[in-house]
Amino acid sequence: MLERALNGNKNYWAWLMLLMSIIGVAVVFYLYQLWFGLGVTGMSRDVSWGFYIAQFTFLVGVAASAVMLVLPYYLHHYKAFGKITVLGEFVAIAAVTMCLLFILADLGQPQRMLNVIFYATPHSMLFWDMIVLNGYLFLNLIVGWNALSAESKGVPPPKWVKPFIYISIPWAVSIHTVTAFLYCGLPGRGFWLTAVLAPRFLASAFAAGPALLILLCLLLRKLTRFDAGKEAIQMLSKIATYAIIINVFFFFCEVFVACYSQIPEHMDHLQYLFFGLHGKGALVPFMWLSMILMFTGIFMMLIPKVRTNETTLAVACVAIFIGTWIDKGLGMISGGFVPNPLHHVNEYIPTIPEIMITIGIYAIGMLVLTVLYKMAISVKEEAAGLS
Amino acid sequence: MMENSRRSFLKIAGVTAAGLSLKPVTDVLASGGHQTKSSPIGDVSKGKDVLTAKRWAMVIDVKKMAHDGTVHKCIDACHKLHNVPKMTNKRHEIKWIWDEEFHHAFPGQHHEHLSEAIEHAPFLVLCNHCENPPCVRACPTKATFQREDGIVLMDFHRCIGCRFCMAACPYGSRSFNFRDPRPFIEETQENFPTRMKGVVEKCNFCAERLAVGKQPACVEVSGGAIIFGDLDDENSDVRKALKSNYVIRRKPGLGTGPQIYYMV
Repeated sequence: MLERALNGNKNYWAWLMLLMSIIGVAVVFYLYQLWFGLGVTGMSRDVSWGFYIAQFTFLVGVAASAVMLVLPYYLHHYKAFGKITVLGEFVAIAAVTMCLLFILADLGQPQRMLNVIFYATPHSMLFWDMIVLNGYLFLNLIVGWNALSAESKGVPPPKWVKPFIYISIPWAVSIHTVTAFLYCGLPGRGFWLTAVLAPRFLASAFAAGPALLILLCLLLRKLTRFDAGKEAIQMLSKIATYAIIINVFFFFCEVFVACYSQIPEHMDHLQYLFFGLHGKGALVPFMWLSMILMFTGIFMMLIPKVRTNETTLAVACVAIFIGTWIDKGLGMISGGFVPNPLHHVNEYIPTIPEIMITIGIYAIGMLVLTVLYKMAISVKEEAAGLS
Repeated sequence: MMENSRRSFLKIAGVTAAGLSLKPVTDVLASGGHQTKSSPIGDVSKGKDVLTAKRWAMVIDVKKMAHDGTVHKCIDACHKLHNVPKMTNKRHEIKWIWDEEFHHAFPGQHHEHLSEAIEHAPFLVLCNHCENPPCVRACPTKATFQREDGIVLMDFHRCIGCRFCMAACPYGSRSFNFRDPRPFIEETQENFPTRMKGVVEKCNFCAERLAVGKQPACVEVSGGAIIFGDLDDENSDVRKALKSNYVIRRKPGLGTGPQIYYMV
């Protein structure tokens, strides 16, 4: 089935070439990082996690959002999603691949990564994160590949795939819950020490993921003969709308708890993010942008005319995606580390090598997604042609 | 044709896997159940001068510590002995022990009308070797681990550099080697390892000195400002100090059980 990804027009190959050149450049930067150390990044003794872990955190959410297609279709027989569940599963595969690469890029001694298996430590959340992430990748590969393969042969998927599908539903929730548990169980980090972190992560994921899927479906309609169908896209947009509202609501709950209790330990991080602290405020414009984007997204999505018009829908989805990305990808990490446990303010700003490696990993994800989608669309166009 | 070669590949792979799993099984059977694996460096056992304890702890006399130069003697002794590098880029700073003002060492306990002595006193901060260490809980490889006597140690060879322990530590006690530290060590001490890039490090309560009957370096040069001993031993200096002095600890409400006590 993979050989289908080799049949493409000039634009397809030009796109793959572009991605591979970006990846090539990023590999050079990564070799530089391997040689020099993580000092090539903007991380510091105080902000010891940065862009890489932030991207991992965001992409785990995008990966989990495949469940928003699987659950309605397989559990509740929502037929409209039938055409695109495989597309959601392939997004999950690309996203989890990027997550694993970002974790690898962030390790100080990556060649020792198998130590997490050799010296398994069940009381560490990173151990479970490794298990659930790899398990989810495995699940989506099995389910997505078999479903597509069955579709290419014109038969329903084999019965033994069903248990894997059902497991993938709670498993999707678990990958983002475990990732949230990395943060929300640390006693010294007031910004993260909140019960609502896991629910908030999930809400933000279920907004960003469907928004991305909508954009991908609209793109596929432009580039190929595959049409996800208006009903599927509209249902996805409704899911994204509720999710982004819940995400912003959860955030307001956090703001209330911190600012009404007026406990400095909890307020300081929000103050740093939104107003600056001790003269340092590099993230302030980004946080407000994120708020504006998320609110814009909400208001646009709430108006039926805007939501059903696919051009304005695309704009709203971009706003939601970027807004949640800033929220998780920029604000979450720095917010937790600044001010540090001794109440010093040392900021984090990513460096060029760090950004290039990040872009490279995103390019790898896009490469994986392109190849998988090429395969899927080829199968689906053929199946549609036959019927 | 494809089916046959796939089948024969799987057959060979299965037999290989079975064959490879034979050795560990026969090893266990041959050893007769005794889990002995010979150490590559010979027999390892405790030295005759070793200092032992059930629970090591430190009491810092803040007033004595405020005497001229004591703080820097302690810091320099530790950093020199343990090959702690002097990094030029502040972001890559490595420090096992350093001094902070009261409102940084004890955020949340600060108020407007602190006594002069406390307001300006230097507070020596280091790893608290917690009774209930969140860093040990977080480490996915047990590269950071708690010894039976309470000391939280690091295995620099196992550490994968994920820095989860740094996020977990509520006291900011840990440093990461963002680059190769060796060029930045002023005078390498041959009897203590240097670290490589990509691993986390922190104070180790001078476990290597305790093993040969010596006090931790900072304690030795502190002129009595730091008291070190076994909390479990009623007659130890630390217990005596705690019996007759009020002490505070950093962020006690978190339940980490820090074992550095500050006599204020």
